[in-house]
Amino acid sequence: MRYAETGYNLEIDLSSGNIEKVQTDPALTELHLGGLGTNARILWDRVPPETDPLAPENLLIFGTGLLAGTPAPGANRTIVTTYSPQTLLMAYSMMGGFFAPELKYAGYDKVIFSGRSPELVYIWINNDKVEIRDASHLQGKGVVETEELIKQELEDQDVQVASIGLAGENSVYYASVEHARSSASRAGIGAVMGSKNLKAVAVRGTKDVNIARPGNFIELCNEVLGYIQWRADNPVQHVPPILAGLGSPQEMAIHDEAWHTTAFSWGNARYRRKEFWTEEVEDEWSSVQDGAVQRLISCYNCPMKCGAIIAYPTLELSKYMMKCYSKLTYVMGAMVDNLDFGFRIAGLAQGYGVDSYTAPQVMAFAIELYENGILTDEDLPNFPPDSEGRFFYLLEKIVHREGIGDVLANGVYWAARQIGNGAEDYDSNTIKKHEQIPIKLGMLNPIFFLMHSTGEKINITQIEGQLPQAPFPNKEDREEFVKDWFQAPSENIKDFFVKWEPRGEYAFPYFPDFQTACELVEWQETMHYIDDTTGICAGLSSFPIKPPYHIHNLPALISAGTGLDIDKGELWDKIIKRNRCLLRAINTRRGLRRKDDKPPEDHWKKRFPEHEAKLLDEYYKFKGWNSEGIPTRETLRSLDLDHVGEDLEKRGIYDNGQKDEDS
Amino acid sequence: MTMGKKTKTVKLINIDLEKCNGCRACEMICSAFHASEKYSSNNPARSRIRMIRRPLEDIYLPVYAGEYTAAECMGRDKYIIDGREYDECDFCRASCPSRDAFKEPDSGLPLKCDMCEDDPPQEEPLCVKWCLSDALTYEVREEEVEDGEVEEKQEDLTQEEMERSIKALADKYGLDKVANSMARLLKKE
Repeated sequence: MRYAETGYNLEIDLSSGNIEKVQTDPALTELHLGGLGTNARILWDRVPPETDPLAPENLLIFGTGLLAGTPAPGANRTIVTTYSPQTLLMAYSMMGGFFAPELKYAGYDKVIFSGRSPELVYIWINNDKVEIRDASHLQGKGVVETEELIKQELEDQDVQVASIGLAGENSVYYASVEHARSSASRAGIGAVMGSKNLKAVAVRGTKDVNIARPGNFIELCNEVLGYIQWRADNPVQHVPPILAGLGSPQEMAIHDEAWHTTAFSWGNARYRRKEFWTEEVEDEWSSVQDGAVQRLISCYNCPMKCGAIIAYPTLELSKYMMKCYSKLTYVMGAMVDNLDFGFRIAGLAQGYGVDSYTAPQVMAFAIELYENGILTDEDLPNFPPDSEGRFFYLLEKIVHREGIGDVLANGVYWAARQIGNGAEDYDSNTIKKHEQIPIKLGMLNPIFFLMHSTGEKINITQIEGQLPQAPFPNKEDREEFVKDWFQAPSENIKDFFVKWEPRGEYAFPYFPDFQTACELVEWQETMHYIDDTTGICAGLSSFPIKPPYHIHNLPALISAGTGLDIDKGELWDKIIKRNRCLLRAINTRRGLRRKDDKPPEDHWKKRFPEHEAKLLDEYYKFKGWNSEGIPTRETLRSLDLDHVGEDLEKRGIYDNGQKDEDS
Repeated sequence: MTMGKKTKTVKLINIDLEKCNGCRACEMICSAFHASEKYSSNNPARSRIRMIRRPLEDIYLPVYAGEYTAAECMGRDKYIIDGREYDECDFCRASCPSRDAFKEPDSGLPLKCDMCEDDPPQEEPLCVKWCLSDALTYEVREEEVEDGEVEEKQEDLTQEEMERSIKALADKYGLDKVANSMARLLKKE
């Protein structure tokens, strides 16, 4: 018997309509665990690096986290993996909700799509019965409506649906896959799904998920629940309210948006409005939010309420479910002071299925081009005079790929180059061709420099975590903070935090030392990589400060669930390092090099090019990568990935001006 | 104290629909607790609590499995509460031929909430424990009843559960067939 996982993948070739239930190799679970790890392995093994992301040869993998569907609170994530049409690298966007547990209960760890269906279809997975069904009646339908129509058609309200909207059907490079209150939004996974003529995946399961050491496992789960309860009454001090608790930032419950609105940039990641958050704004926004939020809601088996049902009369479409930060992204991108606009356009955009992180930045970028004469009335016929109107206008153009929308649908990086005429200068906030968090700061932060530069997920909120983002000014407060900081991986990291000052000798950019900076980055990244294999939500684990899951209890939890014997060393130094290097190798094979590992120019005002280069050198060395950021053959060999190193060598990747020092 | 009176323990789960966040932890932990070897597996389809969940209609309704019934009701009820339209039978606790709810997915045998009776006893039913939103809360109180009305003790519960299952089998296959099977099983012993 297999534990935590089901031991089966579902392989669906959309070109031929062939469907197979395939038993998986337990050795791969031991090497990579599940979720992201085994997804990456499948992508490496089966999709050649020269594959066009929108070609039938690309795979689209819906992988459940290894612990999804077990009693582990918050273990509900689906990791969707493919090659991105936008970054051209590996994309592994993830979603919470109810999809992964349902897929496990249906008896599968992953659904792997290959090929391209001749007609628009959806998939109906009902335990062992799997059907490819006509979706022509769903063409052009919004995701909320699609989900409802499928449930009606299947006469089952308990079916879980993941679907694309018009943006995905039209292969917008930042189209999302939407499911319940969640979405796999980043890097254009919805476009790949659209390119396969796959409108939706519906799943229902009534089988068991098994646990290897039940008593031990449930005890650990009870500890996690107990700590979640304790943390609800004990918020972290000296950080913005939105970061004091667990879960994703509690945007639906909390009204205080001082931090996002004054620290983040508005427009095309341009303007800080340090004075924005006044009492009047707070009053008005609070009443708008209270009027819009009908109920706070959760993902599967999670007590946090990071999402909400949004319902009020001025909505363009029907009710919808919202999570986290999207209520602000359109507001801030459009430079509109009105939260009502945020709820309205986010609902419409979600129905179309676009990433609420990228889409507003593309629109703000287009408005900048228009204001600077690079785009004209000819490109934007009947362009409304007001920001709100312009955003609604641009959204329609983009999702229909109509006129200039056909170019903007490719994201800022590609659009800037297609438009030309100086448009490239307005591409100011992308890393690896992907829109980033709109934040512009003063002093270089060496830790964030490394995370922004090298993070393979290309999205900082899925790389950072657990560490307060700024030092506490008072030493007593820092000492108090570390007293019950048992989540920290080492004494060195606690010492760093106690020493860390806003200015002076123990301040950025030359503090901390290289070794500590590398350790801090690796710790934060490792915790996310663990979550991405287990399917535990970052909101209970790698993201918030002082979370219930941490490096000291996760190895035991994974062991009790799966029956494997994994300690901290095996998990961190072997499995996660293996997954990390495999991802790097996949992207290396797709062309990623050192030159791509860099944050936007204006991310910090004060930059230190020599120090930054040294940071990168030291970090690569720390990871066992060469000076081009490529895992060395020796590193790969030590991680049982010699065949990967061999492939890179055969392709001459180690020869391109950079010798592999270690082999 | 009046002669002929005794106390009985009433166990109550209060369900506050406004507080439910729809996470289904109650279903998960119920099925895990009742797995044979406790917590060795979980499967919401085996749960004795069922989340009726239609987010866009703001319907979040946990319902507990109650008595098994061999026949459908003569009539049905449909509740509309504060504009929310619940489906027919949504509030009903019965394991009944009209629907799949509260039946073991493999055998079709009826399920019934036992308030997580356990030895040693749990502090509270596990669905309540796992509901950190406090949509489910637990209450125990003593009530005075006439002597003779006191319900059977816990030891009888297993017996009751077994008889309920046999009755369901009899309804499904006919008492004769079930009796024949029992006889064959006895012979093998």
